Amino acid sequence: MFEIRDLSKSFRLHHQGGIEIPVMNNVGFSVSRGECVALTGPSGVGKSTVLRLLYGNYLLQAGQITIGDLDLGKANSRDILAMRHHQLGYVSQFLRVLPRISTLQVVTEPMRNAGMPNAPAERRAKDLLEQLRIPPALWGISPLTFSGGEQQRVNIARGMGPQYPALLLDEPTASLDQQNRATVLELIREAKTNGAAIIGIFHDAAAREAVCDREIDVGAFRPSVSACTVNEHQ
Amino acid sequence: MTPLFSVNNITKYYGSQIGCAGASFDIYPGEVLGIVGESGSGKSTLLNCISDQLSFDEGHIFFDMQDRGFCNLANLTEPERRMLSRTDMAFVHQNPRDGLRMTVSAGGNIGERLMNTGARHYGNIRTAAAEWMERVELAAGRIDDRPSTFSGGMQQRLQIARNLVTAPRLIFMDEPTGGLDVSVQAKLLDLLRGLVQQLGLAVVVVTHDLAVVRMLADRMMVMQKGHVVETGLADQVLDDPQHPYTQLLVSSVLQV
Amino acid sequence: MTTHSEIHDDLSFEDSYNFAYLDEQTKRMIRRALLKAVAIPGYQVPFASREMPMPYGWGTGGVQVTAACLVPDDCVKVIDQGADDTTNAVSIRSFFERTAGVATTEKTTDASLIQTRHRIPETPLTEDQILVYQVPIPEPLRFLEPRETETRKMHALTEYGLMHVKLYEDISQHGHIATSYAYPVKVDDRYIMDPSPIPKFDNPKMDDCPALQLFGAGREQRIYAIPPYSKVKSLDFDDYPFSQLRAPETCAICGADDSYLDEMIIDDDGGRMFVCSDTDFCASRQNEQGFEPAEVAS
Repeated sequence: MFEIRDLSKSFRLHHQGGIEIPVMNNVGFSVSRGECVALTGPSGVGKSTVLRLLYGNYLLQAGQITIGDLDLGKANSRDILAMRHHQLGYVSQFLRVLPRISTLQVVTEPMRNAGMPNAPAERRAKDLLEQLRIPPALWGISPLTFSGGEQQRVNIARGMGPQYPALLLDEPTASLDQQNRATVLELIREAKTNGAAIIGIFHDAAAREAVCDREIDVGAFRPSVSACTVNEHQ
Repeated sequence: MTPLFSVNNITKYYGSQIGCAGASFDIYPGEVLGIVGESGSGKSTLLNCISDQLSFDEGHIFFDMQDRGFCNLANLTEPERRMLSRTDMAFVHQNPRDGLRMTVSAGGNIGERLMNTGARHYGNIRTAAAEWMERVELAAGRIDDRPSTFSGGMQQRLQIARNLVTAPRLIFMDEPTGGLDVSVQAKLLDLLRGLVQQLGLAVVVVTHDLAVVRMLADRMMVMQKGHVVETGLADQVLDDPQHPYTQLLVSSVLQV
Repeated sequence: MTTHSEIHDDLSFEDSYNFAYLDEQTKRMIRRALLKAVAIPGYQVPFASREMPMPYGWGTGGVQVTAACLVPDDCVKVIDQGADDTTNAVSIRSFFERTAGVATTEKTTDASLIQTRHRIPETPLTEDQILVYQVPIPEPLRFLEPRETETRKMHALTEYGLMHVKLYEDISQHGHIATSYAYPVKVDDRYIMDPSPIPKFDNPKMDDCPALQLFGAGREQRIYAIPPYSKVKSLDFDDYPFSQLRAPETCAICGADDSYLDEMIIDDDGGRMFVCSDTDFCASRQNEQGFEPAEVAS
């Protein structure tokens, strides 16, 4: 499902002396359907950057990413949007939604985007929220007013709703209590059984071991510090 | 699949000054394109050119018309273009006073486009106006009040209702939230987003407010000094800007 | 000290003026505009309106159109709000007596040319007559769209929705179309036209009228026309059709129950009476019937 080859990424900060910060070099791995792969490495090594590149949130500069049939380097914005709607789910570390929209709507929305009719989408949303122990009294309220843990669970419900064939999970179990972590892990297992290819970041080793088939050390792709260059023109 | 609206190399000069140069994009049904840039960047010039309010020096604009398919707007007669801009296209101005008739009641404002396209049944026009007022969260009981008695946010919602009543497929918006309170802005954006999703509208929105783009737009275009300097998925351009000017814009946003 | 007869002599036909006051070139210019106006019913034709020896608002447009149409054997009638005997009507009539030497009349049936301010005579007009309207503001769309560039484009492209917005506003505020004069019409299924401030009671008289109807706006420099037997339709909504409006009374002098009535306040206690606004129509009915005026209620 995921096919990554020779992926490199650097950030160039034009307004800070034109400094170019390389983040990773020659990343290469692949993930099949039904497989869950954990990205590992110390903080700041670029694990989230990999997920963002795969989601199209960061611009692909060098290398090749193929998700399903889609070559991200050749895809236009519209293809990437379609991929996000139908193929690829992303549970980010932080919930980022519009104010004033109810939790139920927030969770239903990606399923609607994937083409699910309203009634079954809402049913599944309620089901997920219930599993994740968000009390029904809160469903009509914007999740922006929730605690960190609650927001995280809403975020997971949102990403798990449409049952995408590919999933990116950025710290899905962080800031969750024991009970909820178990539920989230169960949801991940369920997605795997349904054939989803999953790439995740789990700081919690126990969680990692519970769901992941393989680990990829992102630190191995770290460029040497001397590769840091300053653009001489600026 | 052909795009709904295709802009090809639009260039406009003000004397020897460049208004905008070589701007091109396609937009499909249901898509929202944000055009950002500071004042003087040419974003409003571009918007006015592509919405038939300003003549341009070079380039072509195509629209997928309901009766005759994809065609160059330059080949339409003026009545046809004006009819198009009152039916299938709409323009939401930054200042509602530019888009509303301030001396005409809310119902008359909404009904005008219907009457312009031949509606001659008072009862039906009024029903449609009342329905649209509720859709944009205005009390239908105020249908006979003049917009001058409305708040800025209400006026802006009235302007949107007035434009959407003929079910246009493409909407141009010039700083739709400019000049509104932050709380009212959020409400309006929420409303717009809902309408875009329900109705499958294509929207070109010009703004200098990056939050508007993040909330509303699928794709964005960054303009500087009349040129398009960066274009891409809205979240990608905002989270991983490439051009120096875009980086400056994004890094200049105050964090709340 | 001048005698009455000397004053009268002063007001009689003077050779020193060109026929009908205007010079021949000006009249030709106006006639060209009139021909264009007749050719495009309801369309406002610009013309080079002249300064006339009377103030704007006193019928300078109508007077110029009349002057351009007059021939020496014409018989002119002038009415102001239906009356032949108001200052405006009397002075315009004497203006043409003096400058064109034409015959004048107060009888609608005798007139070959009738200049009018704000009324159409009750007596049906004939093919041999011309009705000239004095027009203050020729542009019906102006009050909703003040830009002349825009209203001209709207006329050119038949974009008339705005006119219905005005009628919509009427109904929403008053429950019915409250516009009671200068009620907009569509001429020959094409142009929307302001019929000058005639009461909407008179609107149906414009439709299929055998007489030629000419409209002159002096200050605004516009001429327009309705050729004989043209279709003139008052705008309305399907569910709020056009209706005539008339005080539900009979004329206190002639007893007419079908003419347009003026309300007259006759004392300080709110006493009032209704009389025909068309003085010639009323007078001829009185002659026919020997009708006794009703006692005035107080």
